[in-house]
This record gives sequence, C-alpha cells and structure tokens, in this order.
Amino acid sequence: MSKNLGIRAGIIALVVVVALIYLTPSLTKKLPPWWSNVLPKDKIHLGLDLQGGIHLNLEVEADKAVESNLERVVEELKHDLRKSKIRYLDLKRLGNEGISVKLMRDEDVNGLQEMLRANYPDFDPGTPSYEDGKPVFQVMFLKKARDRIMRMAVDQALETIRNRIDQFGVSEPDIRPQEGHRILIQLPGIKDPKRAIALIGKTALLEFKLVDEDHSVDEALKGHIPPGDEILYETSIDRKTGQRRRIPFLLKKRTLLTGEYITDARVQIDSRYNEPYVSLTFDSRGARLFENITGRNIKKRLAIVLDNKVYSAPVIQDKISGGRAQITGRFGMDEARDLAIVLRAGALPAPVKILEERTVGPSLGKDSIEKGFKSTIIGGILVILFMAFYYGLSGIIADFALILNVVLIMSGLAFFGATLTLPGIAGIILTIGMSVDANVLIFERIREELRLGKPPRASIEGGYGKALVTILDANVTTLIAALVLFQFGTGPVRGFAVTLSIGIIASLFTAIFVTRVVFDYFYNVKRMKKVSI
Amino acid sequence: MEFIKPGININFVGNRKWAFLVSGALILATILLLIRHGGPNYGVDFTGGVLIQVRLDQTRSPGEIKDALKPINLQDSIIQQFGDKSAAEYLIRVRKTNLELTGLSDQVKNALVSRFGKGTEIRRVEMVGPKVGKDLRQKALFAIFYAILFIAIYISGRFELKWVMSIIMALSLAFVVYLTSSFGVSVTWLIIIALIVTLCLCWFLNLKYALGAIFALIHDVTITVGAFALTDREISLAIIAAFLTIVGYSLNDTIIVFDRIRENARRFRRRPFPEVMNESINETLSRTILTSGTTLVVVAALFVLGGGVIHDFAFAMLVGVVVGTYSSIFVASPVLLLWERKTAGNADQAKKGRKNGMRINSA
Repeated sequence: MSKNLGIRAGIIALVVVVALIYLTPSLTKKLPPWWSNVLPKDKIHLGLDLQGGIHLNLEVEADKAVESNLERVVEELKHDLRKSKIRYLDLKRLGNEGISVKLMRDEDVNGLQEMLRANYPDFDPGTPSYEDGKPVFQVMFLKKARDRIMRMAVDQALETIRNRIDQFGVSEPDIRPQEGHRILIQLPGIKDPKRAIALIGKTALLEFKLVDEDHSVDEALKGHIPPGDEILYETSIDRKTGQRRRIPFLLKKRTLLTGEYITDARVQIDSRYNEPYVSLTFDSRGARLFENITGRNIKKRLAIVLDNKVYSAPVIQDKISGGRAQITGRFGMDEARDLAIVLRAGALPAPVKILEERTVGPSLGKDSIEKGFKSTIIGGILVILFMAFYYGLSGIIADFALILNVVLIMSGLAFFGATLTLPGIAGIILTIGMSVDANVLIFERIREELRLGKPPRASIEGGYGKALVTILDANVTTLIAALVLFQFGTGPVRGFAVTLSIGIIASLFTAIFVTRVVFDYFYNVKRMKKVSI
Repeated sequence: MEFIKPGININFVGNRKWAFLVSGALILATILLLIRHGGPNYGVDFTGGVLIQVRLDQTRSPGEIKDALKPINLQDSIIQQFGDKSAAEYLIRVRKTNLELTGLSDQVKNALVSRFGKGTEIRRVEMVGPKVGKDLRQKALFAIFYAILFIAIYISGRFELKWVMSIIMALSLAFVVYLTSSFGVSVTWLIIIALIVTLCLCWFLNLKYALGAIFALIHDVTITVGAFALTDREISLAIIAAFLTIVGYSLNDTIIVFDRIRENARRFRRRPFPEVMNESINETLSRTILTSGTTLVVVAALFVLGGGVIHDFAFAMLVGVVVGTYSSIFVASPVLLLWERKTAGNADQAKKGRKNGMRINSA
C-alpha cells in the first residue's frame, strides 16, 4: 500500500511541476534566456473583454465581385464580337446572373454560339428567343463558375485584410474565414478602434478617370447626364470654418487605370505647404499604361478616384513616364498613412459590410480583470475558511486540493493555448464552489461510515468508494453542458466553456486523487487514530 | 461541526403538494410575465442593434443624456445607469435596426463630447447587425436544445441502463425535430415542441429518472428566465451560457439525490418507495446544503464585486443555484412518484402505493 502511495505521490509531484512550468511565463515579467530555449514561454491569452480590443464580423459582398466580373466579360464580349464582325443591337449584364445579347442578324446565331462555347467556358449560351424578330441570347453564368468567383473574392479579401492589419501593426491578430462569405477578425489591444475599422473596411478601389470637359456639370446635375458619363463628388473640409463641401465632377465612366498595378505607396511631405501626400509607384505595365494615358490627354484633367470619391483632378501638364504618381488632398498624417497602407495592400475584390462589431476599451478590460480577480480571491478565501472550519484537518486537505485545482486550471489554459475571458473567470469561480462539492460528498460519506462505527481506514476506504460513482455522474452532465457550449459558442462564451471543462477535469483529479493520497499518508502511513472530519 | 444532524427526517415527499403549488405558481408567474413583456427581453446580441457603454465626467440623468443625443436622432435610446451608483457610467441601447449601425458609436461620442465636454469616454461598443443577431439566437437555442438532448440520453442510459431506449428516444426526437423544422417552425417553438416530445417519450418509454431530471431542469431555467423578466434584465449570449451552466448544476444536484435513491432502493427492496425516497433526500441533505452554500458564497462574491459586465451573469447563477437546489429536493424526486400512479393498473401495487402514500402523509 505504501509503495503504491509513493507512485501516486510521484504522479502528483510530476503534475504539479509540469503545471508550474506552464504557469511561470504568465507569472513573471521576464524569463531567463535559458528558459525560452527549452521550456514553454507562452503566457495565458487574455480575451478581448479583458485586454480591450475589437471583434469584427465582416461579410464580403461576393455578389458584387460576380457583378464586376460580369462587367469585365461584357467589355471582352463586345471586343470579340466586333473582331468577328458579329453585329449586336444590345449587350448588357443581367444582374449577377449572366449577360443578355441581342443580335442584329439571324445568320450570326451560330457564330455567337460557337464563339461562346470556345472562349467563354464559364457560360451557358442557351438557345435564342426572338424579340421583334431579332435573336436574343440569355447567356447564363454557370453556378460552378460563380461559386468559384465568390470563393476567390472571399479568399482574396482575407489576404488583403491580413496584409493591411500586418502593416497597421497589431500584435496577435486573429483573422479567420467563416461560413457564408464572412470573415471574423479579432484585434486585441487596439487603441483607436475607429481608425482600424476604417482601414479594414475600405474597399480601396483606386481608379483614374478623365474629366468630361465638353459637357457642363450643372446640366448633368439637373439630370441630363451625357451617355458614358457619371457624377462623382469630392468632399473637402474648409480649414477655417470646418464646413464640409461637396464638389461635383462630371467624369467619363470608363476607367483608364486602376490601383492593381501599384507596387508601392508611401507618405511624403509636401515641402511647400508642409502637407502629407501619398506617392505611388506602378509596375512596368502600369507605368506604360500611365505614360500612354498622360501622353494622349495632355491639358485634360485626370481625376483620381478612390471608392467612388474624387480625391483630386489635376490637369495633365505633360506625358508622365517612370511610373510615378501622387495623390494629394488635404490629408491628416494618419489618414495619409492609412491610405498608403490600403493602396500597398491592394483593393478588396468586393466591398465588405460590418455585421457585428464589439469594442472594449483597454480601461474597461483592466477594470474587469481587477474585479474578477478580487471576487475570485474573496470567494475563494471564504470557501477555504468554511471548509477548514467545518471539516477540520480534512477540510484543510480539501483546501489544499482546491488551491491546486486553481493552479491546474490556469496552467491548463496556458497548455491548451486557450483564452481567458471574463465569463471564463466566472467559470473558475464556479469551479471553486463546485470542486469542493466532490470533497463534501466524500466527507459526508466518511462521516456516515464513522457513525456506523467503522475504523478510520475502513471509513475512508468506504467513503471514497461509495462517493466516486456519484461524483463522476454529477460531473459528466456539467461536462456535457460545457462541451455543447464550446461547440455553439463564440468568443467569451467559448472561453467560459473551456475554463469550465478544464475546471471539471482538474477538480476530479485534485478532489479525488490528490486528497486520497494525503488521507492515505495520514491514516495508513502515520496511522493517525482519530479522523478529524 | 455539523449543521444538519444525522438521522434528520423531514417529510419532503409528504409535503410535495406544497412544493408543486409553489413551483406551479412560479412557473405560471413566469409565463404570465413573459406574455405581458411579449417574450423574453433579448439583448442586442439577439435582436441586433447597438449597445454603447460610456463614462461621463460626472453623473447625469438619463433625460440629460437623451437630450444630448437629440441632434443625431437617438433620443429614443434606452439609457441605463451601469455599475456602481457613484460611477458616472451609462449604457445606451439603440434598438433601431434599420439604421446604418457602422460609425454610430462615433456619432454618439461626438454628440456627448459636444454636450458634456472632453471627459467622455466610450468604454464598450457592441454592434450586432440583424442578420448576426438572428444567427446568434438560433445558435443559442440550439445549444440549449442539444445540451438537454445529450443529457437526457446520458441520464436514461446511465441510470436505468437503458441505452437502447435512450438511443430510440434520441432518434425519434431527431425525427420529430426534422419533421417540424421542415414546416418552417421558428426555433423557439421547435424547442418547446422538442421538450414536450422528450417528456412524453420519457413517460412512455418508462425512463422515470430522465423524466424527473429533465422536468427539474426545465423548471429551473424557466424560473430563472422569469427572474430576469421580473427584474427587467436582458438575455445576452453570456446569460445563455449561464443558463446552460444552471442546467449542468441543477442536474448535478438531482443526480446526487437520484444516486442515493437508487442505492437505497436496491438495499431496501421491501420498504415502500416513497419512504426510501424521503430517507435518501434526508441523507443527502447535508451535502446538498453545503455545496449550494459554498457555490452561493462564490457566486455572491462575483455578484457583489465582479463589476457591471458580469453582474447579470452572476445574478442568473445566483437564482439558478437556489432554484436548482430547491428543485432537486422538491421537484425532481416527487416526479418519480408519478410512476406509482402510472403502474396503478396493477391492482396489487395500486393498493400498496395508496397505503404508502397515507403512511407518509401521516408521518
């Protein structure tokens, strides 16, 4: 028996040492260098509700990516039709479903079908119907292809957002895709949530468009927008009065160049006005395009449009070669810096919508930790005092198990890389209350056995034996509830489920196994005659 | 030291009518309250909307804050003092879900700063779009549903060694849920239907311990929901977690009593069941009260000292622990006695049962 006891004590010692090793990084500010090389160095992760930060749930509007893809196909198709001399009356996008083509001549029907089959594998040409005696095709996008584009849009959005956040500089961001074109983002410790959200959510589609100077803006504002034109606005804030002004621009709809060719974007300071601006560098293809555009449109105004807002519309003085451009527009320093980040990281393939936002300020998180800690300690001390008072030496043994239990929960969190949240702290507190339950059950049984007049050793034996099944039964149900919570919960709730589960398992170990070893030591090895219970 | 002397014999079973009356009244009150409030008071997690926690430079009345929010058309928001009375912290809830929610917290901050000065600090923002709110509600309800389902399977399997029965029950339940959900029934009704079906199945498959346990936990969660409705508290995601913990806790208590009943029923085969049951409850009474006591102490510490964010969570636990303890003594076990009447078809047993009942009542 006592040999067996040695092995059991050894197991406990081993568990305690391992637990302390995992716990040490969270307790000390600075680890000795030799420690980091061989031993775990991860601290317990604190949830956003404890350290402050942002939780965002974004939806990538993947339909928009399909739409813009269709727009591109419409342009391509126009080009191809012209090339193969197929005349059409009308060619337009049908929502995000497909393209409708109205041909001029009946004899082109076969030609169009063949061309679609050969060059547009993502589409189902279908059969023509007739409208005013002209053949009309409803060329539908295949579902497989649409799904692929949507999936790619989400993947690309994920990558772009990851890039932006990396460049913004957040330690330990958590960015993961979710079902239904959603992206979940957790940014701990963010000081300026507004800025971070603006940075993530910006589509950042940069376009260069010509200003239509042949038509008047005022006429267009009255509703007579010339075909192929659009009105976009520049918003400027007057430095003196602080008033916002919206200046309308009449632009040619056609985009001459987009931001996809940008290789670098940096903030620079204009030496004359001491104002920041963003300088862009294009890759070689972009540089060639830019040179062409500027060369062909000297003395015309070229508008720089970001997400359908005009930033500036300078007059092209000369052909610009070398692939460099700059965006001016009365920026603040942060605004210019963020603009450079989004331009460097690239545009989102489709706009994103914020479905859920939870922000916790750092001061609130700190408050929560302090209060949670305080109530844990006070609740714990009350329970410890009560147990010692009610059960004497046995109560003190249970208290020892209880403290060990809390240590095990904390190191368990570190071991599994789990996150401690505020409900998680509540979970620990609850485990403190409930873990003594196992000992209460055992002690009450031992008391019953003693009352029957059994000797200490037999009573302890009987008490543990009879209470064990009950304890297991009772804890399995709580464990089931915790596991279900883990499966369905998110964020703080999941943290609660994790601490509760770890707590249940740890309390089974400490309350049954550890206390039994101590009891056996006192009453089998030391042969104490009277049970203090 | 002992609070409860050994050999105590309180006639819990004999007085079960009173307990049923109290429980029935509480559940009825909950239902009436819920009807009057038009369902549970869901927080922004489930309804969608915005919740903003602000700290101001000094205490202000809700009216003043509403007034400050007038320029941005949010004067209809619900303003609530948060945390300690001395702290100038407030919750602003915006329920308008048709509003553009993004950037709303900024507008609120600007409006408050322009009225109350620079001391305004936005401490927490929770913005949940209507779509996510609906998702979260479904997820939460399904979590409760699955927890109950798994626990029912476990109890009937474990306690009565009727694993086959419990699997039959699970399958038929899954079938019913599948059938009703294909009619497009809302999740809330789905759960209510599923619970009724579970209880019926337990009844007809003779899974009496499972019936008692599930009955008790429905009882506990319902009354806790009622306490929330009564005190005008909101049900958020964390509260659902608290409910599930109450489910676990309530069962924990119930199982310990049931275990003792089973043990004693095996030992004293000749003694009448109600008597054995009453004795078992009395034997475990000391443990029941001690554990509830220690759990209550820590939860109360959390309730008083834990701060505003965790306050409602602690409240749910507080109510749940009290009700859970009560139900494991007064509700779960007496449900087992329903079997006495169910098996009354057998004349012999019926006679015995009636006699036992009388003896208990006169004890």
